[in-house]
Amino acid sequence: MENFAALIAASINSGTPLLIAALGLLINERAGVLNLGAEGMMLVAAITGFAIAHQTHMPWLGFVAGAIAGMLMATLFAWLALVLVTNQVATGLALSIFGAGLSAFIGQSFVGQSLPAGPHGIPLLSDIPFLGKALFDQHMAVYFGLLLCGGIIWFLYRSRAGLVLRAVGESPESAHALGYPVRKIRYLALLFSGACCGIAGAYLSVVYTPMWVEGLVAGRGWIALALTTFATWRPARVLLGALLFGSVTILQFHFQAIGIAIPSEILSMLPYLATIIVLVLISRNPDWIRLNMPASLGKPFRPGSA
Amino acid sequence: MKISRRKTLAAALSLAIVGLAGCGQKEASKSASAAASAPASTAAAPAAAEPLKVAFVYVGPVGDAGWTYAHDVGRKAVETKFGDKVKTSFVENVPESAADAERVIRDLANQGNKVIFGTTFGYMEAMLKVAKDFPDVKFEHATGYKTAENLAQYDVRTYEGAYLAGIAAGKMSKSGKLGVVASLPIPEVLRNINSFTLGARSVNPKATTKVVWVNKWFDPGKEREAATTLIGQGVDVLMQNTDSAAVVQTAEEKGVYAFGWDSDMSKFGAKAHLAASVIDWGVYYTKRVDEVLNKTWKSETTWWGLKENMIDLKAFNASLSDEVKKLIADKRQGVIDGTGPIWKGPIKDNTGKEVLGKDAVADDKFLHDIKFYVEGVEGKVPG
Repeated sequence: MENFAALIAASINSGTPLLIAALGLLINERAGVLNLGAEGMMLVAAITGFAIAHQTHMPWLGFVAGAIAGMLMATLFAWLALVLVTNQVATGLALSIFGAGLSAFIGQSFVGQSLPAGPHGIPLLSDIPFLGKALFDQHMAVYFGLLLCGGIIWFLYRSRAGLVLRAVGESPESAHALGYPVRKIRYLALLFSGACCGIAGAYLSVVYTPMWVEGLVAGRGWIALALTTFATWRPARVLLGALLFGSVTILQFHFQAIGIAIPSEILSMLPYLATIIVLVLISRNPDWIRLNMPASLGKPFRPGSA
Repeated sequence: MKISRRKTLAAALSLAIVGLAGCGQKEASKSASAAASAPASTAAAPAAAEPLKVAFVYVGPVGDAGWTYAHDVGRKAVETKFGDKVKTSFVENVPESAADAERVIRDLANQGNKVIFGTTFGYMEAMLKVAKDFPDVKFEHATGYKTAENLAQYDVRTYEGAYLAGIAAGKMSKSGKLGVVASLPIPEVLRNINSFTLGARSVNPKATTKVVWVNKWFDPGKEREAATTLIGQGVDVLMQNTDSAAVVQTAEEKGVYAFGWDSDMSKFGAKAHLAASVIDWGVYYTKRVDEVLNKTWKSETTWWGLKENMIDLKAFNASLSDEVKKLIADKRQGVIDGTGPIWKGPIKDNTGKEVLGKDAVADDKFLHDIKFYVEGVEGKVPG
């Protein structure tokens, strides 16, 4: 039982950065922008957050700095993809590679430094047997991720602004004709996504592994991107997927420790494999695609050119 | 299709970003002579001959607090001892892939370095190749097995440190469950896991060891997840055969014990850090550089340990009782003078097969070929 609680706790912990980043990406994809630069944004945010937390000894400031760094990276992307109307796929890839290099450069003097572990857990609740250890002994960012998920569900499906956002993603021409500022909305969506990826990156360097090494994010940005597709652009499924993908990374170690011989490489492939399967499934069912995939995803929009 | 000026500009910019990112690859060759404590180095210039150029190639960053850090301490020992007679430099973060390693090592030889130390197993083939092309340069490769006229091999008996750590672990563990976060299933690592277990079982015959492989030398995220997993399984003393301090950090957070590996890691977890198995590469580096200066250098294979002061268990935690420290000191003496060898039969593997008969003592060949877990280690060796 103790083991099982530890397994759940560790899965939630490792799923949290995926959840926060994927929720952000979901918003910009819902607005019709595909940003493959998540990995780069998270890396730059991770080192910025780490550096600030390390210098000021205030972990929360690290999160703020991470969010700002993510937003700056998103602004760069927005300028290229929305203003100069570059190819979104190529620009996103470039942003990822750029972020990897930039973070390594900024982080040179921080390699091998570490941060003290902060307090975690919700007082009282974390003392409940089993449930307390499994669910309530986590960093605040974990609960922030859950709140964010609820907030986004409300925003997308219950608020007027969410409706406009979705309209922009479905048919930017129509939204434009109705008088909505498509590029501005897309820019705001990207900024939000940058902030989320930034918080996720800072979570990795400030809480999850409180130290800095080059490439600390280790592909989690790509998993978050896969996750939005896996979840067919629905926030509740993103939450489910994040827990699933998070538990897969933890399971590879648990299996070893209890002596189940599955090569760990296979388990680390699983998230991507699952995404491919979902992609195959949703493209076989036209209804699912029409219902969920933002129709203008990845297509550039030039006001007045239609 | 109309190609606007804006579009061209945008494309150029994207290209520039990709180009910039390409430059991010890190190959910081720093001449570190300034950092050394040789104050009068500029004054002695006229009379002294050209200093001997010595280069070090590292697999990780010097700030890893583990393996590479320990090598760099050795490099500084060379600087301190020989002052302006030598000039050392290093290249960090050189991948083990043959192409990268060879390029860097060849570069260093071309730059006039007369002694080149390659500090990880994966450089062996690259060093062998470059050594052929530079017969007047002395090459030194760590933890490999191939030698040449001008290529020597050196290694440290890390397992002796692991054994002493095992004794502390066996004494300090309440659950009797020990854990190792391991890198890659090669004989060196298996030898350390086994020696750790032998040490623990020499003081607590019921102790068992769980192993989690992360398949990397340096990946703090994975090391941490592996450590968390082991702690979740009831392990209360951890050791790691990976290069970062993540395991010590995790142990500190979760209130269990751990050891520093390769260097003192107590600053990552003052309570958790029981002791550190510290490598002193300087002992070897200063000896070899001295031999090159005196023109007595020969290609040979060196495997030093406790006896030569190349490894030792240090930085003991205040929570270790004098009794435990005394026990460790006694066993340490036994290993040094040969009265208490670590690998002395009867030793069984964890399937019950006897690998060393009664009173048989393992030789270096046996130790180099270990591909099994000893009794007390759980699970199967992967691969």
